[in-house]
Amino acid sequence: MNDLWHQIFNFDDYGQLLLLVQNSIIAGAVLGLVGGLIGVFVISRDMAFAVHGISELSFAGASAALLAGVGVVEGSIAGSLLAALIIGVLGTRARTRNSVIAVLMPFGLGLGILCLSLYSGRSANKFGLLTGQIVAVDDPRLHSLLIIAAVVVIGLLIIWRPLTFNSVDPEVATARGVPNGVLAVVFMILLGLATAVSVQIVGALLVLSILVTPAAAARQVSASPVLVPVLSTVFAVVAMVGGIMLALGGSVPISPFVTTISFLIWVVCRLLGRRLLPARR
Amino acid sequence: MPEAVPVDQPATDPVLEVRGATLRFGERTLWAGLDLQIRPGEFVAVLGANGSGKTSLLRAVLGLQPLTAGEIRLHGDRVRRGDRRIGYLPQQRLGNDGTPVRARDLVALGLAGHRLGTGLPNRSRRAAVDAALAAVGAERFARQPIGVLSGGEQQRVRVAQALVGEPTLLLADEPLVSLDLSQQRIVSELIDDSRRRTRCGVLFITHDVNPVLGMVDRVVYLAGGQARVGPVEEVFTSAVLSELYRTPVEVIRTHGRIIVVGAAAHSELEHDTGDPHDPIAHDVHGSGHHD
Repeated sequence: MNDLWHQIFNFDDYGQLLLLVQNSIIAGAVLGLVGGLIGVFVISRDMAFAVHGISELSFAGASAALLAGVGVVEGSIAGSLLAALIIGVLGTRARTRNSVIAVLMPFGLGLGILCLSLYSGRSANKFGLLTGQIVAVDDPRLHSLLIIAAVVVIGLLIIWRPLTFNSVDPEVATARGVPNGVLAVVFMILLGLATAVSVQIVGALLVLSILVTPAAAARQVSASPVLVPVLSTVFAVVAMVGGIMLALGGSVPISPFVTTISFLIWVVCRLLGRRLLPARR
Repeated sequence: MPEAVPVDQPATDPVLEVRGATLRFGERTLWAGLDLQIRPGEFVAVLGANGSGKTSLLRAVLGLQPLTAGEIRLHGDRVRRGDRRIGYLPQQRLGNDGTPVRARDLVALGLAGHRLGTGLPNRSRRAAVDAALAAVGAERFARQPIGVLSGGEQQRVRVAQALVGEPTLLLADEPLVSLDLSQQRIVSELIDDSRRRTRCGVLFITHDVNPVLGMVDRVVYLAGGQARVGPVEEVFTSAVLSELYRTPVEVIRTHGRIIVVGAAAHSELEHDTGDPHDPIAHDVHGSGHHD
């Protein structure tokens, strides 16, 4: 029992370890920022399932890149963007969108598994794409993550108001001349990029915990257009950085820690939310 | 900036001018040769059965629907998408999905939701939102999520959203649908007061003229590919509507209400769902009791 505990939590030489995983912590914080912000729109545009679909194709792209010996990051982005654009173009209405995603998802997952089983390199790489890396973020990888994250965050800030208008009030937004089609495509591209970088760190199966759960939690306790993105970002950063720091000593991946923190935040918000927000009259 | 009409001169230039407007989809003519002018502060209702092209007319004014022929001008300019001089009031529809915005956020989107960026806190904008909410008596629930408000409260917020940018033309697309009778009265009176206060023209789409009877200056009746424009008492006559529908129709005025009925020989028309114009049924039942 004690051994098992040590496998999960082990804080010997913690200070030194912290220095070693500096990159991971920066990556985690940046990913939290990206996930917390874009998650607000994922929720208000009802696209949680789309995130899951995109992440599976991102996984397929990354696996294919791993097999071909080219950049995993590039492969993952290519898969993500392809999925995001297919979903964006074919699934403008929620009902058709869900079936398009349901068709794409198992195909992507299957393709990824095929590539991984043909791949003969380190097996940690294989598992990592699905369930997350342990603590391995090297400098080049951190740099590419920072650049992509910057593109997503700046892109979101530029289209923030019209995207909000279009997401919560599409009919009036159309009447007011907001270019809904352009916004939808730009948003899907940003979502594809955000998903691709998240897959790198938390793994394809668990991206929802960073792109959806924090925003869903924030929505439980507030309806303010300022407070929701702020809380969502704080929750996502806490889950990411907290998860990495807890995972440091043990020998399990960071993802269970990240998903658990994320989930617990949501549970607490859900319980609080019943008191904070008025019910329908 | 809207090209405001100088206050000291009589405002006679029309806000909206529709000339010879025709819209056809393939073989089907929705309306042809429609002429209409709306002056500042004028309240015009558009009536007609489902599928008669009411909403297409509204989309054409918004610059979202190209015409087959004719033109529509707003203050002398051809209509285009996203003209700030138009305010838009939709049907009551939000809410059941728990839309995560507060009433005042929705109004603020009406003011600056089309602009890029996140929008820094802006005192004059906030004051404009407060004033718009106050004008419709919505201060009490301004900070509540829109989804928890009643249908009537939501439509009050919608009126504030449509008017916050100080438009010179208000387009309303069936804003009374799914409201009960007392809410219908509150919302239609709010629109009536607003156009008198702000002098904006109102183009109001509705399937039932009764809730706005006594407020509208003129009506546009669309049916059978034709349009008739005029005061209520000139358009709502048995002769005019029979001609539009090309079938005997009787207009009955009773207890201050107008009821349109198909003549007895044609009463089966009400059940003829195959006819896209299925005109009469709609008005007979159009007394507003939807809930």
